This record gives sequence, C-alpha cells and structure tokens, in this order.
Amino acid sequence: MCGIIGVMDKKRRTMDGSGIRQALSMMNERGSGEGAGYVAYGIYPDYRDCYALHVFFDNIRENKPGLDAALAQWGTIEHDEAIPTYDQPNLRAAHTPWRYFFKPDPSLASASTSPEDDIVSALVMRVNTARRGALIVSSGKNLGVFKAGGWPEDVADFYRIENYEGYTWLAHNRYPTNTPGWWGGAHPFNLLGWSVVHNGEITSYGTNRRYIESFGYTCTMFTDTEVVAYLIDLLMRRHGLDVDFAVRALAPPFWKEIDRMPEAEPEWNRALRLTYASAMMNGPFAIVAADADTMVGFTDRSKLRPMVVGECADRLYISSEEAAIRAMEPKIESITMPAAGEPVIGRVAP
Amino acid sequence: MVKQVVIDGKGVHYTPLNQQIRKAVADGADEIVVSNVLGQRFIGDGLRGNVTIHVYGVPGGDLAIFMSGPTIIVHGNAEHAPGNTMDAGKVVIHGSAGDAVAHSMRGGKVFVRGDIGYRGGIHMKQYEAQSPILVVGGSAQTFLGEYMAGGLLIVLGLNGPVKAREIGSGIHGGEIVIRGDVDTACLATGATKVPLTDEDRARIAPVIREFAGDFGLDPEPLVNAEYTRIIPASARPFVGKYTWE
Repeated sequence: MCGIIGVMDKKRRTMDGSGIRQALSMMNERGSGEGAGYVAYGIYPDYRDCYALHVFFDNIRENKPGLDAALAQWGTIEHDEAIPTYDQPNLRAAHTPWRYFFKPDPSLASASTSPEDDIVSALVMRVNTARRGALIVSSGKNLGVFKAGGWPEDVADFYRIENYEGYTWLAHNRYPTNTPGWWGGAHPFNLLGWSVVHNGEITSYGTNRRYIESFGYTCTMFTDTEVVAYLIDLLMRRHGLDVDFAVRALAPPFWKEIDRMPEAEPEWNRALRLTYASAMMNGPFAIVAADADTMVGFTDRSKLRPMVVGECADRLYISSEEAAIRAMEPKIESITMPAAGEPVIGRVAP
Repeated sequence: MVKQVVIDGKGVHYTPLNQQIRKAVADGADEIVVSNVLGQRFIGDGLRGNVTIHVYGVPGGDLAIFMSGPTIIVHGNAEHAPGNTMDAGKVVIHGSAGDAVAHSMRGGKVFVRGDIGYRGGIHMKQYEAQSPILVVGGSAQTFLGEYMAGGLLIVLGLNGPVKAREIGSGIHGGEIVIRGDVDTACLATGATKVPLTDEDRARIAPVIREFAGDFGLDPEPLVNAEYTRIIPASARPFVGKYTWE
C-alpha cells in the first residue's frame, strides 16, 4: 500500500502546498493515518546558501542544547526557530519540529572534496544514531521535509504547508506494514539534496543496509525506505553516477533481459549489476526521488506497485494513481504508465 | 420509457456515491449517468440487475468488483483492477486501464479500448457455464494472464506492438489470444503457443465483433487477422516446484 505523488515545475515556477495536499488525500485509501509527509524544494530562498536542518525534538529544553553545541562545533547557525505548527484534533504532536539554517565550516574537513556536505551528513548520522531526543529529518539547502504521524490533510494542516512555495514537491501517505508507524518512519526520507518517497517493501533491506553501513551510513528509522535515501546519496552524490545509471544499479534488468540486449549494452549492464550487486533493491516498490534539479520515478522490475506519469506544459507529475494527478492538474495533457524498472526523469531547466 | 438517473460525483466519497447508485438501481433506474468521477473506488461493487451505468471521468480502483449483471461504460481511463472478481455483466472502458485488469474475474466481459498495465487477467477463472472474457484493444504489459485458470483473454494490439513478456506465467487454464505473432521468448514457463484453428476463430469472432461494435471499429479485418493462441502446457505447471510426488 502507500500512496505517493511528486510534481516538478521544470521552469522552477513555484506552487504552494495546497495542491499536493489535495492530491495526496485522494489516495487516503492507500494509507492508515499513521504517517504522511511532504518535501518541498525552493522554500527557503532567504537562506538558500545554508543547509536547512529540520529536526524533531522530543523535549526542547532537554534536547536542544546538545544539538546547538554540536552544530556550533562544526559551523555557524545563521538562524533557528520553531517550525510553525497548528494543533489538529486528530494529530498528536509527539515531537516539536524545529529548523536550523546552518553553515558548516569547510576548514574542519579539509581532506574532503565536498567538506560541507560531508560535515552535514556526518552530523545527521551522529545525531540520529545518538538518539538523544533529536532527529534530523531533512538536511538539504532550500528544502524541507514536513512529516508526522497522521492523515495527509491533518499533517498538511499541522504545518500549514499551503504557506510554503516550492517548485518541486514530493508527498507520501503511509500504510506501515512491517514496523509501527512513528514520526521518524513517515516519508519523505531525506539526506542533503535528495529526498525519497516509496510505496512497497524493500525485501533486500538487510543486504542493502549492510552494504550502505560499510560506507558510513547508519540506519536508525526502523523502516526500509531510509536505506533508499542513503543508497541514492551514495550513488548520485558520492559516486557521481548519472540518475539513469543510479536507477539501473538499484533496479537492474533481469539477467535474461541483459543477455537479449544489443551490441555493447550487455557488457556495461553486467558490469553495473555486478559492481552494485549489494545495492540492488528487491521486492515490490514504486519510488519517486528528487533533488534541486531532478525528479525521478521508477518501479521494481516486476512492476508490483503502480506508477502513473502525467505531463502538462512545464510540469511533470509522478503518482500511484491517475486521479491524484488529475486532482492537481485537471487539464493534464498526457497520462502514461512507465514500464517496470524504466526511470522517468524530469530535470529543471538550467 | 427508459428511466435515467443522473448523479454528480464531484468531490463525493466512494461510499455515498455507491449508495446513490445502489438506491437508483433499487428505485428501478435503467440507466445511470455518473458525472465528474475522479478516483472513487469500487463503483458498482456487488451490484446486480440489468442497469447500464455511464461513468464520466476516471473511476478509482476495483471498478465493478463482484458485480453481477450490470453494464458499466467508462468514458475515460480506469485505474487498477477493473472487473476484479466480477461475476457477470460488462465493463466497457473507452480509455486505458491500470495493472491487474480483470483480476480473478469469474464471468462477464471487460473490454478496454486502450492499453492495460501489468498482470492483465491475473487469475481469471471459469466454472461450468461461467467463463470470463477480457479484450484489450491496445497493448498489454508483462505477466499477461498470470496464474490464469480459465476464461478468454484477447489482445488486439491496435496501437502498436504488444509489449507483454512473461505471458501466461503459471497459466493452468483458459486461453490467451494475441493478434499477430508472439516471440516464444515472451512466453513464460508453463505457457505454450498453438495455431488458431478455424474452430477457435469461429469461437472468438462474435467476441471481436462485439468489441468492434462497442468502439466503432471495422470488425472484419480484426476477425480475419492472424492470431497467436497461448494455452497452458500443463494443467499443473508447478507440480515439480512446490510438491514432490
């Protein structure tokens, strides 16, 4: 189960969160009221050069000083504040959402080729592993994850996401199946620039987790989708794969399909599949991932979860259901169903 | 005199929408027009009678689930599993449909003018006089007729080549008829290709004529076209996989 939807405006024209709230609630049958969430890109233009850290505190007074100190040790907090929230009768505020606009000090990781990203991702791993009442749920520039335990409308209204203007949005309506629902287990999952929403199960989670933890990531959210966010960070940011190669590594063609490919294709497909054997994801899944410039949707190779793609002028939509896309864009120009494992990639204009 | 009832589906949840449809049928409607449908699931679920329901918009999943008798005509696309476990009656979809079309269908007809997604006709079945029919005008995707246990599944490929692979994975009853040749590499283990005999053609011709009539197509070229017939290689395809005898 679970319902997902993503929308990207290729010209970076922004849309407020009310449309995606309505689209996601079209798929309430796919959720259970135990988790929903949204991520929006382009919402913090005033702090575009800072890493926007969205944090769940269990207790502000007890847990915040520790995080303040850790951040101050690794850089400068340009600004921090409570994320405005609005009580909802059907949503219990289990955590206090907070945001920091943070500039890491690159001289503290001078051996790295991407010191700022490495400092922030290491901080995220350290803070989330320590479990001291603080959980960093998003850590990219000019973006933010808004999620909680509840139905899509309640979570949207809790954060009043209609007050945010983003050019790319992902949203997720959760039906937890293998672990209990909690705020940290709601989607989207984010690390630095990339965010992920996912419908399905990663049955290869154990293999993927051991693989990703060998690269210094730590899985702390008690659910499978977290590992997808880290795999994408590893393949895209750290290994520098293009998005279509990264998808092909995560959801490669079957061996017998590779054998049938023409000319040079079998060779590099075999090489990619062998190199990333432990990153390959098995099980039923439909995934939409995005960063500041890209949105990509793909399904498992047996197509065990639905995915519909809509296009209308500069907007690309990827969702579990056509009706959700039409709820956001009644004048949609094209509706297609991509083939299994075949990535649908949207890029914002440079 | 035909009694027509018009229902506006705009913003209505599927439960009250289906209650309105059910009430109209109980009140003796012959024709129901449901406008502004968007994503409402289970339209016509378990419905009985001879009513015709016109759906304008995109109905949600499991359209006509358990339906036994009525005709539903969708003027738009459908989402996943229209005709799920349908018992009798007819579903005519003028657009395309999602995955698992005619899932576990046990009787009646589902006609889709456009393409369908993956696993079309999964676990269709038949019993004595009950034999379901799924006809697809466009293409079907992979795992067509998966675990098929009965019934007739026809794919006409009117929009280009049929994309399905792993056709008839686990098929142990029924038949899949695809216009044109099908590469043996596209058949799953347990499925086998046989020629379409004259008797087969005579049997499917009325179905193709009915499909063509519903969508305003010229039936004769379709009736006379070349077809590939795919049937189970064995009535127990997994006998060596899960059991030892």
